[in-house]
Amino acid sequence: MQLTKRSKQVERKPMTIWEMLYLPSIFKGMAITFSHLFKKRPTINYPEEQRPFSAVFRGLHILNRDEEGREKCTACGLCALACPAEAITMEAAERQSGEEDLYKEEKYAAKYEINMLRCIFCGLCEEACPKDAIYLTQTFAPANYGRKGFIYGKNDLLIPDPNKDPEGFAKAKGELGKEKK
Amino acid sequence: MSEQKTFKVTIDNITVDVEAGTTILQAARKIGGDVVPPAMCYYTRLQHSGGYCRTCLVRVAAGSTADPRPMPKLVASCRTPVMDGMVVENITNPAVLEARKGVVEFLLINHPLDCPVCDQAGECDLQDLSFNHGAEATRYEFKRRTFERIDLGPYIQLHMTRCILCYRCVYTADQVAGKREHGVLDRGDHSQIATYIQESLDNEFIGNVIDVCPVGALTDRTFRFKNRVWFTKPVEAHRDCPTCTGKVRLWMRGDDVLRVTARKDQWGEVEEWICNECRFEKKKVSDWKIAGPTRVDRHSVISAGHYTNILKPNETFSAIMDGQKPKQLMDIHDVSEVNNVDLNEIKGPATGATFDGNPKSSGVNVTDIKTGEGRNLEGTDSTNPNTP
Repeated sequence: MQLTKRSKQVERKPMTIWEMLYLPSIFKGMAITFSHLFKKRPTINYPEEQRPFSAVFRGLHILNRDEEGREKCTACGLCALACPAEAITMEAAERQSGEEDLYKEEKYAAKYEINMLRCIFCGLCEEACPKDAIYLTQTFAPANYGRKGFIYGKNDLLIPDPNKDPEGFAKAKGELGKEKK
Repeated sequence: MSEQKTFKVTIDNITVDVEAGTTILQAARKIGGDVVPPAMCYYTRLQHSGGYCRTCLVRVAAGSTADPRPMPKLVASCRTPVMDGMVVENITNPAVLEARKGVVEFLLINHPLDCPVCDQAGECDLQDLSFNHGAEATRYEFKRRTFERIDLGPYIQLHMTRCILCYRCVYTADQVAGKREHGVLDRGDHSQIATYIQESLDNEFIGNVIDVCPVGALTDRTFRFKNRVWFTKPVEAHRDCPTCTGKVRLWMRGDDVLRVTARKDQWGEVEEWICNECRFEKKKVSDWKIAGPTRVDRHSVISAGHYTNILKPNETFSAIMDGQKPKQLMDIHDVSEVNNVDLNEIKGPATGATFDGNPKSSGVNVTDIKTGEGRNLEGTDSTNPNTP
């Protein structure tokens, strides 16, 4: 039964002697394979070599600090509200006297958690943040053998202190924005 | 003038019959919807309130049938009674909207942009007003008026920097609590809500000043920084209270009652005043009889939680796996460090110590004028001009 006009009848002619030899077709295929040895390789050796990220790449989150090394996050909850995957939770605390060099504002996030199993890296938390406290960096979220390792707390997210660990701070800040035109 | 007359008043081309003596604002509220002017200082249940903030300005295009001349200037609708045949323009007149935008800009001149820190954010009248009627940015370049934050007794905290001087709390203390110890001192730019000789306010109804405050100037110390308003679930509840009616609204997180407020109507006004015991002391579910979730306007950020009609999806794992249980199951509560502290059991704001092994500790009153502790002169909060 012919359903459409485009269908073609399969030719079932017997093979010619040239085709029955097989070798010419094999050499033809091998020639194509060998020719690729002399072409530019499309792959890289990943951990040693790394491709440059796009300027808009959204990777692992960091919690930012200001120039004096104080945490910027004030636990306003806007990232958690904006999060479509409901990955972010936090608990706020009041800054006590003597903690002024640790936290920028009167209120700070005592606990801050991102469930990386839920996170979809949409970047809406970064967009919602009124304090420039959360950023998505140019780092991949690392793999883990257990699901427990994907619940990121403040220890995992907080950027190193720029005064105590300037190298770690610069590394965590990444190259984002430097290659912008 | 002996018989009760009804007046016909037209607001934004909608005609309504109201009793004599009704204000334009109340007539507009009778119509409802977009034609209702916003009000920051006017409060139906407080006598003499209104007339300060000027956000309810409207234009009267025709004074009455007898004298159809328009009023020369925009009038405050909360203080202007209607006349028969009055024609009022609110949102139909661009001059009114422009004037309101100017008023909002003035109200925001000294108001700090600390909504991320403020506990009122999410149910703040000024936030809504500036979102709906204000400009995107400020043009003000000078130093803002700042005050230290003060604890008025153990329960109420005063952030004078955020105050817009609406006088609502003064009227509440006068008329509801019946014993006023605070008032507006000084004049002009220096005026502030204060208790003169550092008197604390202790009256069993004084907690209502928190509810009437349109901004975050008077906030609940027992709720301070515990959660954002929009992450808590509003629930109507009541209890047998010897002092008040006991009809309240609980703001819950899971089974924790984080905050108790009075029930508010659609104009954000308290329906029934509640006492301090209900508001500050009863923070357990067992203290209350819960009637059901509060209906929240869908435009409100509080409705983002979708607390009504919660549908819990069925667990399909064992049905698919022929009755087998999952071999490895991660309970998020075993891993997560959030929600481990019962915040409803501590009296004040949580501190770092609360989450690091001392779950009953809470922040100290930096300026508790009741216990005579010293005022906060070190500049440890964002309301202080010395801290950025």
